[in-house]
Amino acid sequence: MKQIVYQKSKGLTDHQLSYCPGCTHGIVHKLVAEALEELNIIEKAIGIASVGCSVLSYNFFDCDMVQAAHGRACAVATGIKRSRPEAIVFSYQGDGDLASIGIGETIHAANRGENLTVIFINNAIYGMTGGQMAPTTLIGQKTTTSPFGRDLHLHGMPIKVSEIFSQIPRAVYVERVSVHNPRFLKNAKRAILKAFQNQIENKGFSLVEVLSTCPVNWGMTPIKALKWVEEEMIPYYPVKVFKDGEENE
Amino acid sequence: MARGVLEFKHEDCKGCSLCVEFCPTKILALDKEKINQKGYHQIKVIDPERCIACGFCALMCPDSVITVMRVGA
Amino acid sequence: MKKILMKGNEAIARSAILGGCEAFFGYPITPQNEIPEYLSKYLPEVGKVFVQAESEIASINMVYGAAAAGVRVMTSSSSPGIALMQEGISYLCGAELPCVIVNVMRGGPGLGGIQPSQSDYFQITRGGGNGDYRVLAYAPENLQETVDLMKEAFEIADYYRNPVMIAVDGLIGQMMESVSLDREVKKRVIPEKNWAASGGHTGKERRIVTSLFLDPEKLEEHNLRLAKKYKVMIADEQKYELSNAEEAEFIIVAYGTMARIVRSAIEILKDQGIKVGLLKPLTLWPYPKNAFSKLPKSLKGILVAELSLGQMLDDVKICNEGRFPLSFFGRVGGVLPEPEEIAEALLKFKMEVSR
Repeated sequence: MKQIVYQKSKGLTDHQLSYCPGCTHGIVHKLVAEALEELNIIEKAIGIASVGCSVLSYNFFDCDMVQAAHGRACAVATGIKRSRPEAIVFSYQGDGDLASIGIGETIHAANRGENLTVIFINNAIYGMTGGQMAPTTLIGQKTTTSPFGRDLHLHGMPIKVSEIFSQIPRAVYVERVSVHNPRFLKNAKRAILKAFQNQIENKGFSLVEVLSTCPVNWGMTPIKALKWVEEEMIPYYPVKVFKDGEENE
Repeated sequence: MARGVLEFKHEDCKGCSLCVEFCPTKILALDKEKINQKGYHQIKVIDPERCIACGFCALMCPDSVITVMRVGA
Repeated sequence: MKKILMKGNEAIARSAILGGCEAFFGYPITPQNEIPEYLSKYLPEVGKVFVQAESEIASINMVYGAAAAGVRVMTSSSSPGIALMQEGISYLCGAELPCVIVNVMRGGPGLGGIQPSQSDYFQITRGGGNGDYRVLAYAPENLQETVDLMKEAFEIADYYRNPVMIAVDGLIGQMMESVSLDREVKKRVIPEKNWAASGGHTGKERRIVTSLFLDPEKLEEHNLRLAKKYKVMIADEQKYELSNAEEAEFIIVAYGTMARIVRSAIEILKDQGIKVGLLKPLTLWPYPKNAFSKLPKSLKGILVAELSLGQMLDDVKICNEGRFPLSFFGRVGGVLPEPEEIAEALLKFKMEVSR
């Protein structure tokens, strides 16, 4: 008598993922796909593929997908959700897309309380373009455009996205999670499920920030990269719920 | 007696070794003798009897390579 | 037919609703603010979507999203805001998405001024965004023309799966004229939007809206397909007025507000015994090249009159192919010429070509 403990989610297509070996994009894609499957919303979903390594995500999620200009995913999502309010609209964005070029669009979508689910992949670097500094790069972290390490006086402090968004009244759910081991991964899945459930219940803007790895551009093995998240990223980017429920409700 | 049975979609494996690292009973390893079409070393189960069907390997696999099934009593 | 007195911007907004606009995303900028203001009140009244976005960049990307989801969507802006939208327009064309963009032109470059201008011709017809793409662009000269075009614009956009731009200037946006909103619009046969990412599709039925084609051969194939579409537009959509041209000595080429001033200039010249015709492009793109084969052999020269320092002039040079002498008259900064100035410029031109 065989009982399935784990198998590939129906929320994913048959396409092999094009991410680097051990990259947590793959893990987070699974969690999003599983959330769509378990909440029975694959058929209703419209995903926005942003720009970065995740641009090809339109090949991987088994639902309608719209590819957006760099940084504009939350504006594109607004356009879609306002026009098709019955659809479950989600964006999947990296640090450049959400926290650099797109920070204006993301903040305003949150501020308007657009009923969206935003999955934010924070790996403290720009992956697709070859490892440049991101707004989330840590102090001292060497990247191809901060070869001497991020410097407080030249580059400012790394941006804490969840902390910022938790200040926005109509951002009803903001949580930072990690996927660096099974325990944290299961918690991340719970958070992502919640972020989608909120949209089903029309609660407002939900953001899940996922601490992620970039083994190739960090110059580490995938396993060492997961350790780096635990030892270097979590102390600066605490894993916790920042906001759960609307203020002045 | 194995509590779990694993199936692999070897052609999707990228040899990242996350499954190897997180298996609590340490029964997985990179098979240095085999490579798949993309040139990655596949995974082999070095001691199938000791699989406890925890699913951690499949959970951590970024490429959905592993299917985990619980068997027997 | 009933006529009502309306302000240009409001007439644009009203006729957009009549044309089937389902969503508007835009940002305030002078001199077109009455468009979002009007729509913010009347779109919700008919159960449609209005969002004041945080910028023009956000606006055009919201338009992209709504168009991708298969709805009739528009935005409006003025020259500096349109400049911000160029990236979005490139994406819309690349992803073959229909939408209507209204540009109420003002002086430039940079912040420029808020008075009427025609110095967006380059950014409208020469792209401004990256890649090989074209936008169907119209330049009406009065409110009736504008209203009729606005109503048809959504049909045209859907028909070609391409952005359509209606370019007026600040004068047209701000002036009041009587218009009939009841005129019939040409309906086209538009296929079902089975390409739209509207939700509800998985597996092989899945829709992907994108302008990304990483494989160079696929991208070339895509571009060639777009080029074919543009060829059809060039063949079928050129619109212009060529009037008073029979045995004319001169033709003045002008569009929009400038065309109106030129009409008066032509009357002045007629009184002086000089026969001058008007070529008024209604489409800026595709440029009415067809008109140039209809020019009379009696022509001594072509005067191009623009509220710019010579942008449409380039297209006239291309279409003229060196046949007739060309001259140019332009005022910029928002300064509107008197008809007498244009008549004088033509007289000067006449003297030059007689030498």
